[in-house]
Amino acid sequence: MKIEFTITVYTENQVGLLNRIAIIFSRRKINIESLNVSPSEAEGIHRFTIVIHETEEVVRKLCRQIERQVEVLKAYHNTNEEIIWQEMALYKVPTDEVAEKMKVERLLREHGARAVVIRKDYTIFETTGQREETDKLVKVLEPYGLIEFVRSARVAIIKASKGFHEKLKEFEAVEPAEELVENEFLDKAKDVFTM
Amino acid sequence: MSSVIETKQEAAVEQQLKGTETIELSGSQAVLEALIAEGVDTVFGYPGGAIMPIYDALYDYKEKLNHVLVRHEQGGIHAGQGYARSSGKVGVVFATSGPGATNLVTGLADAQIDSTPLVCITGQVFAHLLGTDAFQETDVINITTPVTKWNYQITDATEIPHILAKAFYIAGTGRPGPVLIDITKNAQFQKFDYKGYQKCNHIRSYRPKPIVRKSYVEAAAKMINEAKKPFVIFGQGVILGRAEQEFKAFIEKGGLPAAWTILGLSALPTSHPQNVGMLGMHGNYGPNVLTNECDVLIAVGMRFDDRVTGRLDKYAKQAKIIHLDIDPAEIDKNVKADVPVWGDCKETLPMLTKLIEEKKHPEWLAKFNAFTQEEIDVVIHKELNPVSEELSMGEVINLLNEITHGDAIIVTDVGQHQMVACRYAQFNESKSNITSGGLGTMGFALPAAIGAKFGAQHRTVVAVIGDGGFQMTLQELGTIMQTGLNVKILILNNRFLGMVRQWQDMFNDKRYSFVDIQSPDYVQLAKAYGISGQSVDDRALLKTAIKTMLEHDGSYLLEVMVSKENNVFPMVPQGCSVSEIRLK
Repeated sequence: MKIEFTITVYTENQVGLLNRIAIIFSRRKINIESLNVSPSEAEGIHRFTIVIHETEEVVRKLCRQIERQVEVLKAYHNTNEEIIWQEMALYKVPTDEVAEKMKVERLLREHGARAVVIRKDYTIFETTGQREETDKLVKVLEPYGLIEFVRSARVAIIKASKGFHEKLKEFEAVEPAEELVENEFLDKAKDVFTM
Repeated sequence: MSSVIETKQEAAVEQQLKGTETIELSGSQAVLEALIAEGVDTVFGYPGGAIMPIYDALYDYKEKLNHVLVRHEQGGIHAGQGYARSSGKVGVVFATSGPGATNLVTGLADAQIDSTPLVCITGQVFAHLLGTDAFQETDVINITTPVTKWNYQITDATEIPHILAKAFYIAGTGRPGPVLIDITKNAQFQKFDYKGYQKCNHIRSYRPKPIVRKSYVEAAAKMINEAKKPFVIFGQGVILGRAEQEFKAFIEKGGLPAAWTILGLSALPTSHPQNVGMLGMHGNYGPNVLTNECDVLIAVGMRFDDRVTGRLDKYAKQAKIIHLDIDPAEIDKNVKADVPVWGDCKETLPMLTKLIEEKKHPEWLAKFNAFTQEEIDVVIHKELNPVSEELSMGEVINLLNEITHGDAIIVTDVGQHQMVACRYAQFNESKSNITSGGLGTMGFALPAAIGAKFGAQHRTVVAVIGDGGFQMTLQELGTIMQTGLNVKILILNNRFLGMVRQWQDMFNDKRYSFVDIQSPDYVQLAKAYGISGQSVDDRALLKTAIKTMLEHDGSYLLEVMVSKENNVFPMVPQGCSVSEIRLK
């Protein structure tokens, strides 16, 4: 049975690794529903959070293929019950509409939202929660002329992650990450002789 | 090597001894220094604009590095593969940016699926031109990501020593594979303080070998000891792990019948009494049928390819499965293992051998032999002793065995001749069967044979090729001509793209769609390249012709006209179970 899985991947910080991981999914024609890349709690180690809909067996095999990559330290897969997860959403609405017709205070309270920007022409609300919660606020704001809505990728914490966290810190302390080398010549075309 | 560099090198050594001081080298020189430090003796390559600085530096290293100028980059990388497969070392290939790099892709995919260690170095446009659609610019890193074990783009010369060290380490350790290093032209030119070369033996995020779990080895041994009908199937892992002796000791102690996958062939001498033949679509009768009768199936360094398993839901369902593999991703990928033995089989096999009881399984082995006899009666006898005047591929291979006594390296292309050669060729030594297994790359054999000869110069190398595959890479005759190499080319010409024709015969009502392929006069063609040869279609002349080929001083092309419409049997039709193998 296909269900929602969150894959957490700990990696080195390396140009091109995103592609290497992404093609493991695209090769099997599996859609990535959500993808977040960020630093982890251990300096120099990055963390991918990937959400897909698949059977447990397929997800397990995908994780092994991900772990095969030279720059990947570890890949976990978890069901929604095994993680705490959140997504952030931003909503832009016309200020006059909101001011005239809406009980802003109550709305914000009900949806755990807050106003990030209030200008004469528009107001931006922000809320953090699970998919259904952020979707609900879209429904509420639509009648007030919702101009723009955007939702972030999922970020997730694995409930039972203590063991790996300790290993990770230890690991980074013993062998610090290599520095990332980026192309520093892109804007130096004028100074370079070519043939 | 020029005296300038020599002095520089001596200076470098001296300075290393003294301690902190460094010498100035260009990125290109650092690349070549890295190759020498890694013990590379042969490079296959083709120059071009973006790799010119490396070729310029190579001019001074001619004495230390043998560069083989190929005729096409695909030929270069297949030669690198042949070299790696015959020598057990990492193959090295040079190509330029753009088309040079894209021409490597087929070989990379082939090396990736067949776990062949390669380091390919491609030139790239200047770093400031990346992404500008510059002349001969192509995004080779992203093109090759799915077909490399690792790849990396160098834009600064100071990265060269440690990245190349990483490249060799990754290519050659664990489950080997191809690595591609793309070096921008500015980095090749750039002078930097060279602090010497240090080999890599550790990357923190990379585990070449999983840790062996003793409990699994014990569980596997128990299972083998309790088995009435144990059956070993082995792949290239035995060869890549250099575990041929360990493997032999294992099957001999347990009295275990053993069958090989196409890439496992030659890991065990074919004459070994416990060798029961080849697995898979055109494998032998016994090992295929008895896969579905054994009680414990022990897979060693093989990956349950679909050509081996046939229909998965009817594959060895009655058996307990023990899977030994160095790559954890292979365990449970296609066939679920009851006992997974992660690890290098060079370590796990002796552990297992120690724990298993000394046994013989005479009745079980006799069962294999009974199937072999049936296969001989129905298929093999006819193939090796045809009644018609037309020659069969099998009798050619059989004669080749008789004359080489199984001592030659046989490089095959892809198709009917490949299946026949692998079925009938005899091998005494490991690393003797070189073929494109996983990818099935037509055109592989001629360049791979060139590389194989460079990798094992004391051995006879025979390339067995069909008339279709030979025409895909025959430009490499030029490489043979220029290097004066001694490679034997045996073309089995059936005037058809035989394997596709066989399928059209069996499954498409003989609707022969575009399989009727014409050939040039191969003997004349070889002659144009200064290579001797002859064409034979008469049984009476065949043996002498093969002898002439093998005894000829230098390369030789022998074309054998074989029967047009012979089909390779036995065959497990696609979508069928291994026990539904057909003898005709």
